[in-house]
Amino acid sequence: MGCISSILHPRLNIIRRSSQDILQHRYFPYVLHTQAIIEVKDLVKHYGDLHAVQGISFTVFEGEIFGLLGPNGAGKTTTLEIIETLRDKTSGEVWVDGLSVDIDPGEIKKRIGVQLQSAGYYPSLTLTELLRLFSGLYNVPVIPEDMLKLVGLEDRSKAKYKELSGGQKQRFSICTTLINRPRVVFLDEPTTGLDPQARRNLWDLIRQVREKGTTVVLTTHYMDEAESLCDRVAIVEKGRIIAQDTPENLIDKLVASGFERRKEVKNANLEDVFLSLTGQEWRDE
Amino acid sequence: MEKQNKQYSQWKAMLAITQASLRSITRSPSAVIFSLGFPLVFIVVFGFISGNRIRLEVGVDERCDTTTTLYQSILKIPNVELITDKSEAELKQQLIKGRVDAILYIHPGKDSAAGKIVELITSKASREKGSFVQSVLTNLIDKQNISFFRTLSKDQESQETGTGNWANNLAQLKQSEIEGREYKMIDFILPGQLGFSILSAGVFGTAFVFFSLRQTLVLKRFFATPISRTFIVLGEALSRLIFQLAGSLIIILIGKYVFGFTLINGFTTLIEMLLLSALGLIVFMGFGFVVSGLAKSESVIPPLANIVTLPQFLLSGTFFPIDAFPPWLQTICKGLPLTYLNDALRKVAFEGAGLMDISHQILVIALWGVIVYIAAIRFFRWE
Repeated sequence: MGCISSILHPRLNIIRRSSQDILQHRYFPYVLHTQAIIEVKDLVKHYGDLHAVQGISFTVFEGEIFGLLGPNGAGKTTTLEIIETLRDKTSGEVWVDGLSVDIDPGEIKKRIGVQLQSAGYYPSLTLTELLRLFSGLYNVPVIPEDMLKLVGLEDRSKAKYKELSGGQKQRFSICTTLINRPRVVFLDEPTTGLDPQARRNLWDLIRQVREKGTTVVLTTHYMDEAESLCDRVAIVEKGRIIAQDTPENLIDKLVASGFERRKEVKNANLEDVFLSLTGQEWRDE
Repeated sequence: MEKQNKQYSQWKAMLAITQASLRSITRSPSAVIFSLGFPLVFIVVFGFISGNRIRLEVGVDERCDTTTTLYQSILKIPNVELITDKSEAELKQQLIKGRVDAILYIHPGKDSAAGKIVELITSKASREKGSFVQSVLTNLIDKQNISFFRTLSKDQESQETGTGNWANNLAQLKQSEIEGREYKMIDFILPGQLGFSILSAGVFGTAFVFFSLRQTLVLKRFFATPISRTFIVLGEALSRLIFQLAGSLIIILIGKYVFGFTLINGFTTLIEMLLLSALGLIVFMGFGFVVSGLAKSESVIPPLANIVTLPQFLLSGTFFPIDAFPPWLQTICKGLPLTYLNDALRKVAFEGAGLMDISHQILVIALWGVIVYIAAIRFFRWE
């Protein structure tokens, strides 16, 4: 039972990759899978004197889970919001699914799903009502019950948004991003503030979303999350990308440079202890 | 990958917001209390309190003999105001509407020896005040007649009294009532409360809702969907409009069936009142947008909104007619949009004025709307 991620991750990759890909390179699963879905070039964003983003460039490939990592205030959310067409940029170029954010923001909005860092829903409406609202907003007819089933909230359809637990709120939030069958979903710190069970449950959900062919871009400041969930990550610091690779490659590079952990690595960590004591099942409080 | 070939409809998206927002409003206790609860409580409370200081407005017929002692004594009564500059037809009109409480006509009568005839016309439109005028006059005439007879009996001994004196001093009251509309307290209170309800719901409701939609990132989440910003605001505004008009309808219907509020032309009047409510609400929502744009935190909203609502609440004829105020204050009153809304509502409801008859009021309200929305566009913040 130890670590779900280590079991699931390679398996999912096998599903996604052709055998040829696997033979080619074990740690670079998407080397042949270079269909770019998001392209960011020299992105700059200034808020008055504050230089939030200072020339960021990266590419997200179709079908991968891409992580933007970094401390608070590094510029992750700003970068994400510019790609989501929620915010104007100062300079640089951004394409989503072949469309420029300068020319086609409306069309981009139809092809993406956005989860904000917090809330974003009328608190006193039920989940069914909220899904109807977003169904109207996207002009895409959906059956609320089916949507809720996707994220395991089918028995909460009559509950109001404000009555949900933290983990349920995040899962519902992801649910609304899937209504328009997007090419990419953006998740801004989806697991912040959740307990370990809820986090792992959400990881599984994010993997399911990707399995259905949707590209996932997420931000996080939990490294364990990035390591187990993301195919590739970019580390953002003070508005710049300081490293960009697969988690494995980044670790290998550091080890190759002579880095050693001070503490001996045990076969389990405290989180594993916690999960084995309290159970892995995610619970509604 | 499947493509969405269907044309995206902003209207469909807008209606989805309207529906959701309407649900959200009806589930918010404060919205219901502000829009319905308060006005109804005020209607009940003020429905039972009548004005303390009674001012009697008595129209004087053009042909009225103003040289009589009786007329001179009436002039001296402090709370009776005599209106002398109107024609007979005008006075009758005013009487029917309840703006004038009675019409006075003193004339010699057929038999000048029998003394002056005092004719008093009152109307149902101002029944209470009319009968008040009547009793004041009766009192006055009785006093005069008695004192006249006293001096007469003294004078009889000297046998010097002429018939001319008779006619000048003796008087009898002939009172008649014309069919006017019955003007009740509720007819004054209800339009004022309706105006107040529209003002507070428009300003407070809009300011709080847009502030919290911004805070809770509901607006931002909407931006991430293909709907345009204009349609987001339209959708939210439409739901507020529907909710508030339903509230106005309930207030008017309760007023009519519980308190006997006068809807002079029935259904037409009701529709006209609702149209006026909609106009007022749109203008006052503009104030709400300004407040929500200016407010940096939620705690700043009530004071800011009160700056807009309180003066209008007190000075716009919500509770008492503005002619009760000193002239300098009346000048301020006459600048406020709610004054015109209240005035228009009363004219429509009670006097049966059509929307064309109150085009002046509508124009002033609309002018305020233009000013406020220029400010709203300037100050509105999306995040």
